[in-house]
Amino acid sequence: MSPKTLYDKIWDAHVAHEADDGTCLLYIDRHLVHEVTSPQAFEGLRMAGRTVRAPDKTIAVPDHNVPTTPGREDPKNMTEDSAIQVAALDKNAKDFGIHYYPVSDVRQGIVHIVGPEQGWTLPGMTVVCGDSHTATHGAFGALAHGIGTSEVEHVLATQTLIQRKGKNMKVEITGKLAPGVTAKDITLSVIGKTGTAGGTGYVIEYCGEAIRDLSMEGRMTVCNMAIEGGARAGLIAPDEKTFEYVKGRPHAPKGAQWEAALAWWKTLFSDEDAHWDKVVTLKGEDIAPVVTWGTSPEDVLPITADVPSADSFEGGKVGAAQRSLDYMGLTPGQKLSDIEIDTVFIGSCTNGRIEDLRAAAEILKGKKIAVKRAMVVPGSGLVRAQAEEEGLADIFIEAGFEWRLAGCSMCLAMNPDQLAPGERCAATSNRNFEGRQGRGGRTHLMSPAMAAAAAITGKLTDVREMM
Amino acid sequence: MDKFEKLTGIAAPMPLVNIDTDMIIPKQFLKTIKRSGLGVNLFDEMRYDDDGKEIPEFVLNKPQYRDAEILVAGDNFGCGSSREHAPWALKDFGIRSVISTSFADIFYNNCFKNGILPITLPRGAVDVLMKDAEKGSNARMTVDLENQTVTSSDGDSFSFELDSFRKHCLMNGLDDIGLTMEKAASIDSFESQAAQARPWV
Ligand code: SF4
Repeated sequence: MSPKTLYDKIWDAHVAHEADDGTCLLYIDRHLVHEVTSPQAFEGLRMAGRTVRAPDKTIAVPDHNVPTTPGREDPKNMTEDSAIQVAALDKNAKDFGIHYYPVSDVRQGIVHIVGPEQGWTLPGMTVVCGDSHTATHGAFGALAHGIGTSEVEHVLATQTLIQRKGKNMKVEITGKLAPGVTAKDITLSVIGKTGTAGGTGYVIEYCGEAIRDLSMEGRMTVCNMAIEGGARAGLIAPDEKTFEYVKGRPHAPKGAQWEAALAWWKTLFSDEDAHWDKVVTLKGEDIAPVVTWGTSPEDVLPITADVPSADSFEGGKVGAAQRSLDYMGLTPGQKLSDIEIDTVFIGSCTNGRIEDLRAAAEILKGKKIAVKRAMVVPGSGLVRAQAEEEGLADIFIEAGFEWRLAGCSMCLAMNPDQLAPGERCAATSNRNFEGRQGRGGRTHLMSPAMAAAAAITGKLTDVREMM
Repeated sequence: MDKFEKLTGIAAPMPLVNIDTDMIIPKQFLKTIKRSGLGVNLFDEMRYDDDGKEIPEFVLNKPQYRDAEILVAGDNFGCGSSREHAPWALKDFGIRSVISTSFADIFYNNCFKNGILPITLPRGAVDVLMKDAEKGSNARMTVDLENQTVTSSDGDSFSFELDSFRKHCLMNGLDDIGLTMEKAASIDSFESQAAQARPWV
């Protein structure tokens, strides 16, 4: 048998049909659904008189457009359009008989946090969701990627996706990370190196000692941003840490099935001589705590650097960089660590897990914020409950943070959690696009510890100075 | 789905790189539960000022480009979120084809589900077409899907590559779900095999 990558193995195990031209029907093991990209898909099913083929493999949760303030179980406390989308999902989940976590359920949260937390996401699976950050689930050695609404409808109706196989890309992070450097710094640094289109057409496998050393939370952070590098999916081979995390979760296999699953999962790694179409290597030691300065996730620099000038770039990027600098209100040559910020946002499917809150709280302990506003939005109700139990919530609240309910919140600012024009935010989310966090809002992406450090000083700050 | 065969129309130039889906259709317009009516909000934050008035310099607000059916754009068009609202908004505005050196995967895929043809061409060709688009409404470009060519108003013609399955579906306006359902037997047998091999799923 010819050597295979992890991606090859999962792909091969899920091809339900292959046409002569190589177009495949890929069978989908888990389909995650949220309120913003699904209403039109369910509507399509109704119009065609179709049903959901595998309701047992379909899980829905409202997250993108829900308020993160108390009292939201009552639709009267939602904006009208949120209430409509949430009501549509309530109804669709009920009508089509799929698993559902409504806003009133403590297990509700960001779909990419709920899936792993509940054990829906398992190694070797194919996972899709009408959301580009589905790549997150790749941390378990699952082939997970975002799809559009027409594809959501296609998966609902057929439990398959029309796909052509992508190419294999290996991103290796060797050695150890320096203190203060986190999974977020890895994933941003990779995008800084490859660019936002570097992964287009590829499935990335992250590997190397620095990746192995990461917790499952950290691995999810890394895979989450594969899409920001252009790759539809990013994955990491499962290992003992993965199995440990999965074991005992509500929907993880039990007993004899666990043993059978484990036996298969242990075969899920890239073979020694597997073929890679592209290889990128970074040394763990070389990665610094980073921040973004522009309006593309590839606009990444170590916190110790200066704001670049547009003419230090090439081609079409010169204009784009100038536009970014104007939009962000920055001057070339300015030290990044001199940039003053107004707001701090800790949350999102990139960094809204318990480990992220611990990292931020560690820095914030006993300190007060020096920014106008700061909010923590836990990734799920369970993360929130655990953080309260561990005393993290108290640390945030005493420091001056708002302690919100779970949801996407200011990561995409569909709900009222938005930046005002010109407001500058240190954010742990994954996109710094123009207007992403509110029209005219200015976003700097970074790790939770860096965001906490910025909250205390009111400026972008090298967290290593606070450790 | 609408068929796409041949299109001759006005092309609007957008030389910016990394035009993301948040630019194409900002999230405040994702609150709809319908597919239609998004065209007025296409490129909303670039197209209107804070008071909702048109920004005259924005390309699609210029008289010569208001009826554009083709966009010629910078590298990596459509990066960012999976929102199909992006192609819905383009389509609703009247854009039927986008030309660039590269597209983000999910966006590229979403276009075909909505009768929009994304065309990938080498930089040299995109540069020529960008110049041609800058001529305004006198310059009509032709996209011929059958022959896989784009022809500028000056007659410069470029061939593009396209997956044959996608071409077939677009030319015939075929619905993916219907096509897949014809293969139900394969899905059934895969499902029962998989249930044996991986019962925990
Ligand atoms: S947290 Fe942000 S990136 Fe993640 S699913 Fe929600 S909106 Fe998308």
